[in-house]
Amino acid sequence: MIGGLFIYNHKGEVLISRVYRDDIGRNAVDAFRVNVIHARQQVRSPVTNIARTSFFHIKRSNIWLACVTKQNVNAGLVFEFLNKMVEVMQSYFGKISEDNIKNNFVLIYELLDEILDFGYPQNADTSILKTFITQTGIKAQVTKEEQSQITSQVTGQISWRREGIKYRRNELFLDVLENVNLLMSPQGQVLSAHVAGRIVMKSYLSGMPECKFGINDKLVLDKSGRSDDPSKVSATGKSSIAIDDCTFHQCVRLSKFETEHSISFIPPDGEYELMRYRTTKDISLPFRVIPLVREVGRTKMEVKVVIKSNFKPSLLAQKIEVRIPTPLNTSGVQVICMKGKAKYKASENAIVWKLKRMGGMKESQISAEIELLPSDKKKWSRPPISMNFEVPFAPSGLKVRYLKVFEPKLNYSDHDVIKWVRYIGRSGLYETRC
Amino acid sequence: MPTVAKGDGMRGLAVFISDIRNCKSKEAEQKRINKELANIRSKFKGDKTLDGYNKKKYVCKLLFIFLLGHDIDFGHMEAVNLLSSNKYTEKQIGYLFISVLVNTDSALIRLIIQAIKNDLEARHPVHICLALQCIANIGSKEMAEALTKEIPKLIVSGETIDAVKQSACLCLLRLFRTSPETVPPGEWTQRVGHLLNDQHLGVVTSATSLIHTLAQKTPEDFKPCVQLAISRLSRIVTSSYTDLQDYTYYFVPAPWLSVKLLRLLQVYPPPEDPALRGRLNECLETILNKAQEPPKSKKVQHSNAKNAVLFEAINLIIHHDTEPSLLVRACNQLGQFLQHRETNLRYLALESMCLLASSEFSHEAVKKHMDTVITALKTERDVSVRQRAVDLLYGMCDKSNAEEIVAEMLSYLETADYSIREEMVLKVAILAEKYPVDYTWYVDTILNLIRIAGDYVSDEVWYRVIQIVINRDDVQGYAAKVVFEALQAPACHENMVKVGGYILGEFGNLIAGDQRSSPMVQFQLLHSKYHLCSAPTRGLLLSTYIKFINLFPEIKGQLQDVLRNNNNLQNADAELQQRAIEYLQLSTVASQDVLATVLEEMPPFPERESSILAKLKKKKPNVSDIEVVKEGKKSSNPPTLNNSAANTPEATPASAPVPVMAAAPAPAPVQSASDDLLGLSAGPAAAAPVTNNFAAPAAPAGGGGLLVDVFDTPPAQNNVSTALAPQAEENFFKFAIKNNGVLFENELLQIGVKAEYKGNLGRLGLFYGNKTSYPFQFFTPTVSCPGELASAMNVQTKPLDVNTVEGGAQVQQIINVECIADFVDAPILSIKFSYSGSMQQINLMLPVMLNKFFEPVEMDATSFFNRWKQLSSPGQEEQKIFKASFPINSDTSRTKLLGFGFGLLDGVDPNPDNFVGAGIIKAQSSQVGCLLRLEPNMQAQMYRLTLRTSSKSVTTRLADLLLKLF
Repeated sequence: MIGGLFIYNHKGEVLISRVYRDDIGRNAVDAFRVNVIHARQQVRSPVTNIARTSFFHIKRSNIWLACVTKQNVNAGLVFEFLNKMVEVMQSYFGKISEDNIKNNFVLIYELLDEILDFGYPQNADTSILKTFITQTGIKAQVTKEEQSQITSQVTGQISWRREGIKYRRNELFLDVLENVNLLMSPQGQVLSAHVAGRIVMKSYLSGMPECKFGINDKLVLDKSGRSDDPSKVSATGKSSIAIDDCTFHQCVRLSKFETEHSISFIPPDGEYELMRYRTTKDISLPFRVIPLVREVGRTKMEVKVVIKSNFKPSLLAQKIEVRIPTPLNTSGVQVICMKGKAKYKASENAIVWKLKRMGGMKESQISAEIELLPSDKKKWSRPPISMNFEVPFAPSGLKVRYLKVFEPKLNYSDHDVIKWVRYIGRSGLYETRC
Repeated sequence: MPTVAKGDGMRGLAVFISDIRNCKSKEAEQKRINKELANIRSKFKGDKTLDGYNKKKYVCKLLFIFLLGHDIDFGHMEAVNLLSSNKYTEKQIGYLFISVLVNTDSALIRLIIQAIKNDLEARHPVHICLALQCIANIGSKEMAEALTKEIPKLIVSGETIDAVKQSACLCLLRLFRTSPETVPPGEWTQRVGHLLNDQHLGVVTSATSLIHTLAQKTPEDFKPCVQLAISRLSRIVTSSYTDLQDYTYYFVPAPWLSVKLLRLLQVYPPPEDPALRGRLNECLETILNKAQEPPKSKKVQHSNAKNAVLFEAINLIIHHDTEPSLLVRACNQLGQFLQHRETNLRYLALESMCLLASSEFSHEAVKKHMDTVITALKTERDVSVRQRAVDLLYGMCDKSNAEEIVAEMLSYLETADYSIREEMVLKVAILAEKYPVDYTWYVDTILNLIRIAGDYVSDEVWYRVIQIVINRDDVQGYAAKVVFEALQAPACHENMVKVGGYILGEFGNLIAGDQRSSPMVQFQLLHSKYHLCSAPTRGLLLSTYIKFINLFPEIKGQLQDVLRNNNNLQNADAELQQRAIEYLQLSTVASQDVLATVLEEMPPFPERESSILAKLKKKKPNVSDIEVVKEGKKSSNPPTLNNSAANTPEATPASAPVPVMAAAPAPAPVQSASDDLLGLSAGPAAAAPVTNNFAAPAAPAGGGGLLVDVFDTPPAQNNVSTALAPQAEENFFKFAIKNNGVLFENELLQIGVKAEYKGNLGRLGLFYGNKTSYPFQFFTPTVSCPGELASAMNVQTKPLDVNTVEGGAQVQQIINVECIADFVDAPILSIKFSYSGSMQQINLMLPVMLNKFFEPVEMDATSFFNRWKQLSSPGQEEQKIFKASFPINSDTSRTKLLGFGFGLLDGVDPNPDNFVGAGIIKAQSSQVGCLLRLEPNMQAQMYRLTLRTSSKSVTTRLADLLLKLF
């Protein structure tokens, strides 16, 4: 299990140090600083082994978070915990930065005591933590009743939701957030593509509601489709998607998912991530990048890049950014583009072309002339052209079919709940070789 | 960064550096650098012209970026342009960039060399110095070729200033080190020597470094420097401090120069001129005296500088090795350091003492410190110092203190660091072998060694103890008893089982009389370990069992049960399986006599290099140097095990003492089996490589790793004489019954012989091995047949292809012999060569005897007695009754007679102890039949030998030869 947790600033100074087990000594703090933060070569592996001690680290802006252990722990667990920890801190004081951590260090120690016990991760749900760890300290007027409620909630069957929540308006927000990753050959052949998606919910519901959630998952539809509604499947053509794997929030009843493939749960209050999934088949790629690179002699190069949007014309993509790498011996660049703004960024060795928005089924192009300094070094390796964007649909094709709410004890029904659904597709690593 | 003159500061550079320093993360730094590189690239674009200042600034930035660890692949051209600038700072930056960044194989190197040439001819000394520094920094081969003519000129020219001379010396030194062949020796070399007399001590210091390196290559050229160096040294050592101004370092006058001068003197032998020698000795004495004075400063630098000079002086004393008083004083001085607080000093003291121990003058003095060294070994905290202490103990060991030292080392071994254990084990084994008090002590020590540090005992060590036990009759019983006792320990090391198994298999019968170690008990004891051992050991134990079958027929049943055991008969290991099956078959099929022949006691091992020593040398190459030095210096050697064992005949080519013969299932006599092996490999063409299997003569051929055993070298006469070498006689008779072996060995030369005979023809391969590291020149071996031998024998010698034998090398010579008539004397081999200037001559008898032309004859009893009666005239018979000079043993006698060439006729003589043999001597002119009868008398330890041949001279000669053997 986790033996200790350290937080460092970019210089390697320790901001937070919490040791949970005796097998981790003080020198572990220095070992990580010397061997990872101040290492001569950049350490790229998130797991480092130094003198039989394992360090798991993540980095947020300039802050290093490292877990230390001498045991053979599940690395996945540790990273999940670290990310959760970051999430919790963000929900308490916003951005993770040196100043924020210094200003809140009492709070952070308090949090660390709560979410890690003798190195074992505990409940790290923000909404629940906020009930008893507040930035102003626990109020004195917590009644005995409430105290006992905390205990029963934390130890009870439904640890993620307390009883007796009441809202005047029962509301529910559902976001389908997807990251689409792509590697494409210069000729337009897809070398690899996958979508990593999350379903994030914000629920403001009274009582202890039971929810049921349905998506167009192939497995579910194939099973139920034939008997219930065969016409629907054939009508929409590609209406179901194949999900490669998925994980759920702890509130989802896994037994039910396994037997009936239905997602049913009692939701936590507030914001949480209901599910994560990954698909690799039938991805609709929002953009196509067509590069054209010509080397004219040893000192000149011409680059032309065309991007085509490939979705319904009614939709609008935003925050589009194309990044065209330039050779390391570039001595000057001239860029011409019809739309958006393009600039040679010497510090990043790339031409960055930005477009505010772009409709579906359109195309746009940029051309650049690059001057080079003659160099006898080996040929330029031509890194891929990468792209960033945001589109208002799910590239995986995932659709929310229904989300039903049942609350038998209170007097509101599924129809009374106001539900909002939003789809956002973003670029992950969206690259085209040139 | 290089210091930039005031007013010439580069603001852009300063801003850039402070930007980098303020970067919060690596990524930010990378971004800033990329931006700067893009900026510099746009400035260096071909169509723009930059002024010197800007060029310098950007080149500086590039250099800084490079030093931060980023790749720089442009800007070289601009840097080269800077070289031709007239401003010092611009030139300096240019040179700096080039010496840091330019590859030696860059395309620009020509341009750079041209620029350097221009600067070397410049008037401004600062420019010359910059150029010299650059050459010294890069020091490529190409530069050496282009510039070696210019630099010596600078050194010897009267016009150059001191600073330039200094740089030039060091620069030339660097070029010489890179490519010695391109620096031509010229008339300047003599004048460089005179720089030792220079006014400026800096020049002298750098010149000494140069001369030292040059003198190592061609000592002759710089011989006059010895005198200059000594006078310089004496001026420094005896001067008062004020003389040297800047060169006095913490009250020590010019320590670096002194050290360098002392090193330079170590290249040469002690000066012959007595005045010079006196002066040098005076210097060395002064240095030793100064070490006794109280320190002038408490600073560590003071003592460091003082000790550096002192240690170098001691090294010189050891190198000269001529002044007993100085050696002893040095030794006493080092003795003080042995207990010094400073770990480094203790280490150095031990290291130097190791060298001193090898000098005959100071050996005794070193021995006085034995107790201190032993305490150091036990209490020292630093492992490297302990290691040195072990080395020193090993070095100072001789016959007088061997027992004590070995005991101390053994007791320390139990707690020693793992890293040095193996080496210690080897050293203990060697010391025990080299200075044996008696053989029981030796056996005890080695068995103790295996008990204490079994894991670190390499195979060589236990091979060696077995070789020695087998070759020494008098310890065999004791060894058997001791291993038997050792094996009774509940847990013993596998090596112990190996030794035990082997020795009990050979000599178990010697202790079988005792009820406590009856055959059955021995067998059960060994077999209790059997299942815990690895496959090779089990194989060895199986061989022991089959030997037991021979030794103790009474427990044959149990032994066969073991062999018959499925575990063995169907073992997955092919070797074990084969052994089990073959031994089982052998024990059931063969008669007791056959068993006795096949499984007879192992014949003594041929004398060969101590493999342990070779192993130690391989492990620590530097040790061997000391060893060689040491052995070279010792004029007398105590008799050792090797020597005393050397008289025993060779019989088997087994390279390891595993009972190879027993593994051959054919019931053939031992001797003939090994003859077969010899016959297979004795083709003349294959001779050289094959000899590797034949131990002793092949030692030099076995490659540099197997250095020759230098322990068993009795003193040999090196002066020119016509007398036979002292070893010659003794070794000569060894060859009466064997064909291969070492004919002669001293500290310079080893001669091995490999011979084969057929009918009246013989062919000898002589292998001359040079044991030193210097070549033998004019190496001429000649063979002559004195007196009447010339008519009885025809000798053809193939001259050597070369007349120089390189150090450590071996040359081979083939000699063909034809026997015309019977003869008495042996041909004389005389070898002349020049070794380090002095002529050496060695005369030896070539091991060609009459019996070499023997052919064994088989006949039955009746025909034997017929012939015996025919040869009854007085001249034809020779009878001798003599006292046995070796213990009477039926088996060895049989081996000797077979080796001699007789065919043994069993069942002819009614008394089975007696030997009857027959053979024919084949000469070209005649064939002489010989009949022999040998009757041993156990009680009186006497033999009666009767020989009958058809020729009187043959009879006499054969009788003489046989007499020497029994």
